[in-house]
Amino acid sequence: MAVETSHDGPAATRGRSFEAEPVVIEARGVSKSFRLSVNKIGSLKEMITTFSQSDYKELRALQDVSFEVRRGEFFGIVGRNGSGKSTLLKVLASIYSADAGTVRMAGRLAPFIELGVGFNPELTARENVELNGVMMGLERREARGRLGAVLEFAELEEFVDMKLKNYSSGMLVRLAFSVMIQSDAELLLIDEVLAVGDAAFQQKCADVFHEMRDSERTVILVTHDMGAVEHYCHRAMLLHDGEVKAVGDPGEVARKYLRLNFESAPSTGGDSLGEVADIVVEDAWLEDASGARATNVEKGKDLRFCADLEAKRDVEGPTFGFSLANADGVEVTGFGVPVDELPERVSAGQRLQVRATVENRLAPGRYIVRCWIHRNRNLSDIVLYSPHVLDFVVFGGDEPGVAYFEHEVHMELTGGEK
Amino acid sequence: MSAETQTPAALELREVRGPSATGGGGRRFFDLLWLISATEFKKSFHGTAFGYLWSLIRPLMLFGVLLVVFTRIFKFNVPNYPVLLLFNLVVFGLFQEGTGAAVSSVLAQEGIVRKTQFPRLVIPLSSVMVALFTMALNLIAVFAFILIYGVDPKWTWLLLPVILLLVFVLSCAVSLLLSALNVRFRDIAVIWVVIAQVLFYATPIIYPFEFIDPSFLRDVLIANPLTLIFEQARHWIIDPAAPTALEIAGSWAAMLPAIAIYVVTCILGVWVFNREAPKIAERL
Repeated sequence: MAVETSHDGPAATRGRSFEAEPVVIEARGVSKSFRLSVNKIGSLKEMITTFSQSDYKELRALQDVSFEVRRGEFFGIVGRNGSGKSTLLKVLASIYSADAGTVRMAGRLAPFIELGVGFNPELTARENVELNGVMMGLERREARGRLGAVLEFAELEEFVDMKLKNYSSGMLVRLAFSVMIQSDAELLLIDEVLAVGDAAFQQKCADVFHEMRDSERTVILVTHDMGAVEHYCHRAMLLHDGEVKAVGDPGEVARKYLRLNFESAPSTGGDSLGEVADIVVEDAWLEDASGARATNVEKGKDLRFCADLEAKRDVEGPTFGFSLANADGVEVTGFGVPVDELPERVSAGQRLQVRATVENRLAPGRYIVRCWIHRNRNLSDIVLYSPHVLDFVVFGGDEPGVAYFEHEVHMELTGGEK
Repeated sequence: MSAETQTPAALELREVRGPSATGGGGRRFFDLLWLISATEFKKSFHGTAFGYLWSLIRPLMLFGVLLVVFTRIFKFNVPNYPVLLLFNLVVFGLFQEGTGAAVSSVLAQEGIVRKTQFPRLVIPLSSVMVALFTMALNLIAVFAFILIYGVDPKWTWLLLPVILLLVFVLSCAVSLLLSALNVRFRDIAVIWVVIAQVLFYATPIIYPFEFIDPSFLRDVLIANPLTLIFEQARHWIIDPAAPTALEIAGSWAAMLPAIAIYVVTCILGVWVFNREAPKIAERL
């Protein structure tokens, strides 16, 4: 395994150097496996009726993971689904116990594995904030003292005595996020919670993350969102198949992550690592109206999808297509480059730029962009298939379904004399 | 690394030991236990004054039915039988409802267990706490009934906490054992309903102990720790003329099996739960 560490270099140019700061989170040789039984025994009855010992398959979720985080750092952990990053987070948060290795920390840790975990819908916001504070290790009095600040940030002061079951989903998310950022633990562990709320609240959250980045607080952020990694993190770590593949400059780690993603095309055969497809996606991103890179799009605002491809070998008749799938994996729509714009051939080293503007009829939610590259203008001759080039969130409202249409609806009362 | 030499004392790295039964310090443990028990208890009242009446209805219905059956049909002739029956039902309710709720409590709180750093022990214990609160409220009604019925207060009533503590501790131990095992074997909850029912009849709740002739059955009942606890309670609270636990067993030596079962259950409950606690989140 090639672990590349670049403590100085580009990381130092991100404004602050942490070399002099003490280490506050340290993992050494952390390993964790899960035993997945082939025929799982889930009851006494089965144990009695199953005579043979059941067979186990060992899933190695983490292998010899070591890293350290210094005080004040904003540290990103990235990796694909199943790379072990959630397991690592749960080991750090004392939810799972490691099979081997040690984790050491200095200071109080507040883990946020999911927004609003432990919220009790039958209780009011007031009671929930207290309960949550105590879970995070505060004294009850301290937890109650925090209530004002939490509600103020969430803009929910009027609803303090309303039961959470009567909250809208947007209000819940705001409360949960607010509870998180108002926790005064020195160490924060955050798992994919950036894409929440409406545009105004998103902006507020972004401000908070910027603040955290420049404060004394130490933050570990686990995410898929490379934009967030490059934006907020001082350093980042890439996990793949439970191993640390890279630690260092977030930009570099983000690029390695994208490369790992794109190289897992079936046509490259078997192992996703090592081999490189004939054409690779060097970079892919969304742009907003002003041409700046964006990770989220407002409902109804056009989508601009961009991808830079690079040919590693000569390819005849390359094509490019992409599709949008929603969080349930349902493909909503898909597009290809028109035939008259496709080059006859592309030779090694040449680059292709794809720029697509798509009318945005997507319902609010999370979407994944997939892409395909074929050769010989033949849709069954796949050069590269990438099931997850990037993801983004369409925000602004909570309409159901997969699509959103401009609409006008009227209602009129007729008849009767009342 | 070099930084460690300059680490101030306040920033000393401490090893994180992973999930456990009580992890996170004693104060946090008791704060959480109290908060969760109190809110669950409040929930059981459905937020209304009638809620309390609803919680009384179950034992009262059972009481009414049993009273009719045993005084009108079987014609029991036991001093103060109605108050004895009511008292027994309410106190046994602590054991039955506490363990009954606790057995699937860890599964029910899956979200918390899998996603927060949470002292696992709080979960089954809060189920028993809720049963304890309910029983405490019901006992007020029971003692009012006892006085109205004409039983004179006596100084041995002060020993009631001893009885309740014994039942409470046993309920906790059984709850720990069951809730931990139920994560592995999901049918424990189903089996426990049956066993709890058997225990209800294997304890002198609805009948006085002296109705059992000396026999193998009697020896079995004496080995049940709950038998001794409930008979002692009857002697102290309801009827001083009734035999004590010691008199029922005959000798201290005869009480040993029950005491041994009690102690072993407690140790086993704590040991099993402690052993399973770190792995609970993975098995859910």
